[in-house]
Amino acid sequence: MARTLSLFVSCFNDTLYPKTAKSAEVVLNSLGIKVEFPRKQTCCGQIHINTGFASGAIPLMRNFIDTFEASEEIVALSGSCTAMIREHYQDLAERTHDSGLIARTEELVPRVFEFSEYLTNVLGITDVGASYPHRVVYHPTCHSLRSLHIYDSAVRLLCAVKGLELVVLPYAEQCCGFGGTFSIKNSAMSAAILADKVGNIVSARAETVVALDNSCLMHISGALRRNNTGISVMHLAEVLAHGLEAIEGTDGQN
Amino acid sequence: MVKTKIGFPSSSVRQINNSQLRANLKAATSAIREKRARVVGEKEDWEELRRKGEHVRDEILNNLDSYLMQLERSVTAAGGIVHWARDSAEANQIILSLVQGHGETEVIKVKSLTTDELGLNEFLAQHEVTAFETDLAELIVQLAHDKPSHILVPAIHKNRSEIRDLFQRTIAQGRVLSNEPAELAETSRLYLRQKFLSSKIAISGVNFAVADTGTVCVVESEGNGRMCLTLPKVLISVMGIEKIVPGPDDLAIFLELLPRSSTGERMNPYTSLWTGVYPGDGPSEFHLVILDNGRSRVLADPIGRQALRCIRCSACLNVCPVYERSGGHAYDSVYPGPIGAILSPQLFGTESSLSLPWASTLCGACYEVCPVRINIPQVLVHLREKVISQGHRSRTEAMSFGLISFFFQTSRRFELLQNIATRFRVLINHLHVSKSAPGALGKWAEARELPQLPRETFRLWWRRNRDKNGK
Repeated sequence: MARTLSLFVSCFNDTLYPKTAKSAEVVLNSLGIKVEFPRKQTCCGQIHINTGFASGAIPLMRNFIDTFEASEEIVALSGSCTAMIREHYQDLAERTHDSGLIARTEELVPRVFEFSEYLTNVLGITDVGASYPHRVVYHPTCHSLRSLHIYDSAVRLLCAVKGLELVVLPYAEQCCGFGGTFSIKNSAMSAAILADKVGNIVSARAETVVALDNSCLMHISGALRRNNTGISVMHLAEVLAHGLEAIEGTDGQN
Repeated sequence: MVKTKIGFPSSSVRQINNSQLRANLKAATSAIREKRARVVGEKEDWEELRRKGEHVRDEILNNLDSYLMQLERSVTAAGGIVHWARDSAEANQIILSLVQGHGETEVIKVKSLTTDELGLNEFLAQHEVTAFETDLAELIVQLAHDKPSHILVPAIHKNRSEIRDLFQRTIAQGRVLSNEPAELAETSRLYLRQKFLSSKIAISGVNFAVADTGTVCVVESEGNGRMCLTLPKVLISVMGIEKIVPGPDDLAIFLELLPRSSTGERMNPYTSLWTGVYPGDGPSEFHLVILDNGRSRVLADPIGRQALRCIRCSACLNVCPVYERSGGHAYDSVYPGPIGAILSPQLFGTESSLSLPWASTLCGACYEVCPVRINIPQVLVHLREKVISQGHRSRTEAMSFGLISFFFQTSRRFELLQNIATRFRVLINHLHVSKSAPGALGKWAEARELPQLPRETFRLWWRRNRDKNGK
């Protein structure tokens, strides 16, 4: 029987970047994996935790556990959502003093993987057969780099893409300045950090910026477009789907 | 978040727009950052050392009461005199009384954050006692009537030319100076040497105090601290209650962790250790002032207390993208940067410090370099919740997050919101959002375009293309 996994697309990708989720399905299907989308999924609760409204995250966590409990493997299309689940779910469950929920959370969390991590560390795959003949920089988002420690996963996957030229992004490991509501609350600071990130991307003469978090990419691409750089951004899944079968029912855009 | 003009968002804007400051900071922090990475990289057991450091600091914090009593006994047995201060007012009064008791009107100082926390220099000045800073960078800050902006490099915000101009104005005694570092250092040396030889009283902070032996340790790079610690007749050292290590062997761990993390050196240049007093050698009178000033309150918070593990290395400042662009002054506290963002609100709880838990993107670079493994992002998130639960937040914000929680907790409600957005998609996507737009949108538009809403959410696409096929 074919291996089956459940996709956690995240509220963000579901609403704003459906192409990322469609691409992830294409990549996983091409590897012979059946993909399910449990319809009850919404949001992991990261926005609440990070902004100081942790109690608001509890019902979202409950919904996540209810939705994915029956799944054998869960693949998330966001580094920061995966980090949120790994770092905060146990603590959130314990706050409820609900021993059933605590046990269910403990059981579920180790089955959640970030997309690139799943490919390289669980499946042991680096070449998915994609081709993307462009000059690319990889921006390792903070949560994927420093919480999940999966810098290598994406780099190895990108290196295996046919025609792709991976160029060095100066100060790649530095934050892009997004930080969720940080970009609003400390908007001037966020913009200052972003300006330096954009400068580094431009200096690398990249055509495409690739990352594991569309939230950071939304922020980066907002400035790339504002400055008319002509540089595009892409979630890793979209790069890996290039050259594989076409995505059904899409208009080529998001 | 505190709805006020006081606080990090507004105080950092001034610094962000100061291009000279930005350039000074970028040059200085990148240099220290690279040096640190190099010397940490050559220690194969670095992670193990960090864990040891964390373990020893936690052992102290979890049993602080007995270690403090042990320290008092061992310092007293070695001929030192221990004073306890609940807050800065008590500590300042103790120190002033000691100085006045010796009939002195001048003291020399070793660079010390704890005395900065007390506002000691200002307090002494009010009582006609002049405190001379002897650390080169502290001297620069003092001569400029400025404030330190970095834990380790207080004058990091100033470049050579600015320092040259300052020295020319204040201590050059008529000689014309160039901006050569050696010449600037010589100018300060000539000025300070007189102070070392004439002062009867020195005041220092404490890096570590060994509970078992009563040995006190100060680390520094210039040797000026050593002068203060050995030449005067009376030595007064001030330490926070958390600055203890159990025994001399534990000290060795931190003498490895600290220099590599702070200055990027393998070994600290001047490490002074003394135990009480010795007749005919060094100060004949030694006072140790042990300060609480909010620390036992921090200790009561199981998540927040890890901030007290800090050994003041400042590695977290040097890697912080926010600090690099705001500088230390924006934090409006003796303790700037990521460690300040978790220490200041807990220790002082002032209005401006309550915005500090939000002065971070939660990028985690600070946690990665911390030699005692303080999980700064975890404490930041914890303090955000704490500040908000104390009612420091706007009504709009509380309402928004309540609504998000309500609509995001079932897929039915979530989909309802998505469908409304999709219905107005064309309108939303053609909306030209300018900087003057109200609230979050305007803030976003200051530097970025908005994302475009897609024709269809993933959820709907899946329903159309997958569910129907029974796939």
